[in-house]
Amino acid sequence: MSLTPDEVRHVAMLARLAVTDDEVAALAPELNAILGYAEQVGEVAAHGIPTTVHPIPLTNVLREDVPGEVLDREELLAQAPAAEDDRIVVPRIVSED
Amino acid sequence: MSELITKSAAELATLVRTGEASAREVTDAHLARIEQVDGNAGYDKDAVGETDVHAFLTVTADAARAQADEIDAARARGDELPPLAGVPLATKDLFVTKGTETTASSNILRGWIPPYDATVVTKLRQAGTISLGKVNMDEFAMGSSTETSAYGNTRNPWDLGRVPGGSSGGSVAAVSGMMAPLATGTDTGGSIRQPAALTGTVGMKPTYGRVSRWGMVAFASSLDQAGPIARTVEDCALMYTAMAGHDPKDSTSLPNDVDDVFASLRTGIEGLRIGVVTELQGDGYEPGVSASFAEALTRLEELGAEIVEISLPHAPYGLPAYYLVAPSEASSNLARYDGTVFGTRVDAPTSEEMNAATRAAGFGTEVKRRIMIGTYALSAGYYDAYYQQASRIRTLIANDFKAAWEHADLLVSPSSPGVAFEFGSKSADPIAMYLNDVATVPGSLAGIPAMSVPSGLDEQGLPVGLQIMAPLLREDLMLRAAWAFEQATGFDTTPRGANAVATPQGARA
Amino acid sequence: MTEMITYTRKDGVTEPLTDERIGWQLDGYRLVVGLEVHVELTELKTKMFSSDPIDFGGDPNTRVGPVTAGLPGSLPVANKQGVRSAALMGLALDCGIAGTCEFHRKNYFYPDLPKNYQISQYEIPLCHDGFLDVVVDPDPAYGDEGDEPIGRRVRIERVHMEEDTAKSSHSGDTGRLHGADKSFIDLNRAGIPLLECVSRPDVRTPEEAQAYVRELIAVVRAIGISDARMEEGSIRCDANVSVHIPGEPLGTRTEIKNLNSVRSIGRSIAYEAERQVRAIQAGETIVMETRHWDESAGVTATLRRKETLADYRFFPDPDLTPIVHTDQQIEELRAGLPELPKQARARLAEAGIAADIVITLVDNDLVPWLDDAVAAGADASTAANWITGELLGACAAAELDVHACGLSGTWMGQLAGLVADRTLSNKLAKQVLQVALKQGGDRSPSEVAEAEGLQQVSDEGALQAIVDQVIARNAKTVEDIRGGNAKAIGALVGQVMGATKGQADPKLTNQLLQRAING
Ligand SMILES: [Mg+2]
Ligand SMILES: [Zn+2]
Repeated sequence: MSLTPDEVRHVAMLARLAVTDDEVAALAPELNAILGYAEQVGEVAAHGIPTTVHPIPLTNVLREDVPGEVLDREELLAQAPAAEDDRIVVPRIVSED
Repeated sequence: MSELITKSAAELATLVRTGEASAREVTDAHLARIEQVDGNAGYDKDAVGETDVHAFLTVTADAARAQADEIDAARARGDELPPLAGVPLATKDLFVTKGTETTASSNILRGWIPPYDATVVTKLRQAGTISLGKVNMDEFAMGSSTETSAYGNTRNPWDLGRVPGGSSGGSVAAVSGMMAPLATGTDTGGSIRQPAALTGTVGMKPTYGRVSRWGMVAFASSLDQAGPIARTVEDCALMYTAMAGHDPKDSTSLPNDVDDVFASLRTGIEGLRIGVVTELQGDGYEPGVSASFAEALTRLEELGAEIVEISLPHAPYGLPAYYLVAPSEASSNLARYDGTVFGTRVDAPTSEEMNAATRAAGFGTEVKRRIMIGTYALSAGYYDAYYQQASRIRTLIANDFKAAWEHADLLVSPSSPGVAFEFGSKSADPIAMYLNDVATVPGSLAGIPAMSVPSGLDEQGLPVGLQIMAPLLREDLMLRAAWAFEQATGFDTTPRGANAVATPQGARA
Repeated sequence: MTEMITYTRKDGVTEPLTDERIGWQLDGYRLVVGLEVHVELTELKTKMFSSDPIDFGGDPNTRVGPVTAGLPGSLPVANKQGVRSAALMGLALDCGIAGTCEFHRKNYFYPDLPKNYQISQYEIPLCHDGFLDVVVDPDPAYGDEGDEPIGRRVRIERVHMEEDTAKSSHSGDTGRLHGADKSFIDLNRAGIPLLECVSRPDVRTPEEAQAYVRELIAVVRAIGISDARMEEGSIRCDANVSVHIPGEPLGTRTEIKNLNSVRSIGRSIAYEAERQVRAIQAGETIVMETRHWDESAGVTATLRRKETLADYRFFPDPDLTPIVHTDQQIEELRAGLPELPKQARARLAEAGIAADIVITLVDNDLVPWLDDAVAAGADASTAANWITGELLGACAAAELDVHACGLSGTWMGQLAGLVADRTLSNKLAKQVLQVALKQGGDRSPSEVAEAEGLQQVSDEGALQAIVDQVIARNAKTVEDIRGGNAKAIGALVGQVMGATKGQADPKLTNQLLQRAING
């Protein structure tokens, strides 16, 4: 498995990272080296083996439907890079979700 | 320089409780030590001097003194003091602290003042510790040398030309450099144990879920675990006791009661079966590390333990599996840093460009690399071969450990394949850097408790650590062995050598 | 040679298509529709994964804690009642409930998504494989025969839990995304619990789609998990529309987003179906895309082309634990389900209430009103007529929401009772209703009638005196009647009514007049 520069650009697009051509050129061999190393996992016959996320599996960790504290709006908006009219401001949105 | 900085947390707590020293004196002594050796570059990487340790990004001297005065006033009133009252603490900058800048050593969070406290921060404050400030780390805990910090290197107190390890490099440097007897660390693949080994400190990663992750900036959610860093095993046990416990704000927090680790701490290891992991030694481990490890085994045997050879057949796949699981989760966890709700923003005409430019400018090279790897490993068509397969290998590794516990009460290995290395020596080759975690990652993937305790110095005079691993929730057994080993080893944690940090007057034994 | 026609499910599995009704057709093309409905759990107090409160209409950014804002270090904990609501919804739709299910992260960047991933469910949703039966009127244009209502079963693929996004508004004259130079984010809505109900592509006409959504709303209201107000966004519907020639594979589908009324669901599907047929006939290819319904222009328009298929990088959320339901818990939940619309319909039909009235009662969430009316002593059919006829009509005329009009089922039952015991005539009862609607339901119907002097005169003695006067004054008319012109009695009744300001009991008046004239 080897990532082409175009694939690197595609992954960067998915990850919302602006990359220059120089960065793509540098990233491609690094990522390929790391993936080449990580691909060793394919050597292990693990089909049918369940996956592990939590070593001590917990289930039904649930919260009662009781309201708690919220942030003060000024405190919330003070963290935002831009705010106006009690809302967070972002530049023009091009894509539709 | 006051003797107080050479004292352990347990000793300091006793001094404060008995009134032999005030919390204010203890705090001032440590603040003076920071002043002496740390420089005050803070977040300005260009201001880090050649002999500055640069563990701290922020020193909260005023708040620390005020907190110390409160403790002294409480004592004067005759109030009962909490167990770690008056003991200074360094807080890894991965923990959010209400009102104090928190950056995870990333430019993308520069200037972020959190509106809330991490559970660990709250619990340690309630235990009476006095936070002296926030300490440096690898950016978002991704690294093994603290060199990926956006805010400059932290120097190893044993050799200021070498790394302290990472990602909890600021934490271990603060403790080793006697700027604080205790520091919080976080360990995802070895980020407490490896830097502890490289600085001759004691660092412990508890069972996954034992310490709350609420308010700990996420790197890889299924692996991240906070733990204590100290200069003695006893201090580690004290701090672990203060940090651990169930937290309803963290769904993965274990509901089990926390065992009293002190009940058996000093009972020795006579008759314990200690397994040496075949796969976690030998090739790839520096001779000085291997020699110290061999010595450690002899010592354990002298203490009455039975040494057995144990194989963890899937351990060699731990590192490749880790470098799929952790980046995958990180790619999702770090998506929120996009210049919208908090943190820094790089302006651009559209939201999409603003996000991409913010992330390009805000994240460092290693973080971007891991986001790219993780995004790719989760993407359509690769998910099963990468993330799923790696998660299955976690199960196989956990099963290897389960089988091992049939034959051994504890397992040991070197904590790190090498000692502290020189700045820049591994930065160019990501895989060479990743190999630092080879011994610690299997335990991380299995979620078991594991710790590093100093086992001696290599031929260059640099510290080496012994890793002790225990079954799930057997922190008591692990600490008991570590304490016995520490007593037998008699390791002096004071940094020394030609290029070591300045020694406080009278600090040497 | 009939090839099996298949479609691809949300989770990637391919299944055969069912087809028993011809449905909408145009030049040999037929319509296939699947519906995705998002239901906001407005009846909960807190968000799906945090204790941040849900109360609608709050000032912007005042229902936001660290989790909702996606602040570093914050962690989700699932809402127990949210899970319960989702399971109830599944059971109400005859779904199976997963013994174990988990939450996945759906990763995509968008300014209304603070974490840039949505916590949702993917491989194993909480509820799977149910159905919703709906009833539509027959239409010969759709190949239907006879005039009996047609029952249609729309299968449910899944119901899963997820969190809502923040609300964005846009600068500029139109307030819409296009042409805006910046957008504003209000995080209040972010994290509100949502259920996503996905139907199989079993819908064959625009009217079936409408009936499906109406019935879904009725179910949601019956189990009390949401206020289910489409116009306010607590129910949001997307329609996946394609056309094909029977026997041939399904055409490419387009998705019409965010339909906010039952009416626009029907209109937009009809429009989109015809657009697709005409495009194919003109040699164009239908592209996979999202389309926007413009209610005022009555057209759908391209919103976004899915050039590259979205890659959401789903993976199990490591911050949350699996949700487990035992068989016993599922049965307990099932036993606790309230009466569902289909059960209410069956019960009311059994009670002899006409089919169209039953539908009106169920669709308007008025079955409890009828039950209260009957408990207050009214006859079921009469009360049903009063509620669906007079009350709804009067509310519509006054532009009032029946559930906010101030009256109640009990009140309507009392009103029907006054008519039954002839305290009020129909006409007077309607007047009482009008007065009460203006004044609110603080006074009972009889109090209103008394206060307004609207009681019916059914005292025989009092009425006899008036009848005697009218007969005395109209000797010629009386003669006519006796001579065989029975109809002329109407004029006399009118006079009695006039003399009593319309409050005379019409039946009794008639009897007394008959007796006086014909002996
Ligand atoms: Mg976003
Ligand atoms: Zn959805």
